Amino acid sequence: MANSPSDNSRRFQNKVITDELAGNITRVEELAYILQIEDVMTRDIKTLTPDNTMLDLLEVLKQYHVSGVPIIDDSTKELVGLVSTEDLIKCLANDDAKAPIKSYMATDLITVKTYDFLTEALKKFSRTKVGRLPVLDKEEKLVGIITKGDITNGILRALEKEYQEEEVRRYRASHLFEDIESDRSSLILRYNIAHYDFTSGGKASSNIKRALLRLGANAQLARRVGIAIYEAEMNLIIHTSNGGSIHVEIEPTQISVYVWDNGPGIEDVELALKPGYSTATEEVRELGFGAGMGLVNISRCVDEMDLQSEWGTGTHLTLKIYLKGEDIFGEGYQKRQGEDNES
Amino acid sequence: MNLDLIINKLNLKVLTDNKDFSQIQPSHGYVSDMLSCVMTGAGQHSVWVTLQAHGNIVAVARLLDLSAIIITEDAQPDEKTIAKANEEGVILLSTEENSFNIAGKLWELGLKDK
Repeated sequence: MANSPSDNSRRFQNKVITDELAGNITRVEELAYILQIEDVMTRDIKTLTPDNTMLDLLEVLKQYHVSGVPIIDDSTKELVGLVSTEDLIKCLANDDAKAPIKSYMATDLITVKTYDFLTEALKKFSRTKVGRLPVLDKEEKLVGIITKGDITNGILRALEKEYQEEEVRRYRASHLFEDIESDRSSLILRYNIAHYDFTSGGKASSNIKRALLRLGANAQLARRVGIAIYEAEMNLIIHTSNGGSIHVEIEPTQISVYVWDNGPGIEDVELALKPGYSTATEEVRELGFGAGMGLVNISRCVDEMDLQSEWGTGTHLTLKIYLKGEDIFGEGYQKRQGEDNES
Repeated sequence: MNLDLIINKLNLKVLTDNKDFSQIQPSHGYVSDMLSCVMTGAGQHSVWVTLQAHGNIVAVARLLDLSAIIITEDAQPDEKTIAKANEEGVILLSTEENSFNIAGKLWELGLKDK
């Protein structure tokens, strides 16, 4: 990560905050736990010694456009104080500009470490009235200064980076069907689902939903397909002997989902399709499954559903979702650009 | 109506990482312990009230873009579930009260069915 705090922040000035960018704002607090002080602090700092005069301070403040300067002991090179514009004002009010800095500097210092997270600095800023914190390394040597402005800039930089990365991923994926020419292009996603693996339950459907969003699908469509596949995924986890597989074939105008397992199969398909009917065990029901609504939910979310099953052999479930108008992959994307698709 | 207000008024415990909850604005509420019913019934950005505390509630919330899950009667999700929720950006809240009381209080705060 770059260290100069000023370069990227300028790009945010006069920039309209889009919904997508605003959506990232809830990520700010998370980032405060991820970014470390050294990622955002200002490294190139001007220091003075306790025996410099307040006039020297005035010069430094003017020349470097800063509002505070750390004071380093000449022989030990250790941080011994911090002096700010406020101290200078006090000194000028006393008509005492030739006094040494040591008679005005603050020595009761609040510092942070390079490896602390931003939250540490935020806590110290909110607890005290200081505007800047000296940053020390492992050996307690001064290596930088952090201000609230550095934190804001650092977080903006990180957000912008994540935002651009997601945009690039989405852009590339959404052009897939336009860039590759064939008489019939399709993208096939395959997932293997293990029997009774509740810990991974919902992983395949979540991944498929994310893939659809990246391909440019709107939130509604991605949600609909996600729900249908979640129910099918849970059926494989709960009701099969050896798990099964899910194949999702995405074409510009349709999505086909094939769910296979090799047993035990459904004894009475008609009954299984009845709302509220379930063969789930008591143990599974306690987890909130087995409402007998899985297949009903699936059929509600898709345009076509075909369920073939033979007791002792296994089950094949085929789902079709037909895409119309702006939902068509490739063509629809252009019109939707600028909208917030993922919510 | 924002999540920060709900957390404070209902005295909920936040199980997942802290966030700026005032920025999250739930639109509806839904109560059920059957996941398939939640799949059909809970709208986008709903607050879901449930007794269930196992890992699969996170997958459901993620798929449906729910604003938060309120786990009632002090049911405790395990560490894995909480870690998964943090990873997926799902907010888990908990309370000692039962689902009926929580739903009533949410309704009084102005949160309705979709």
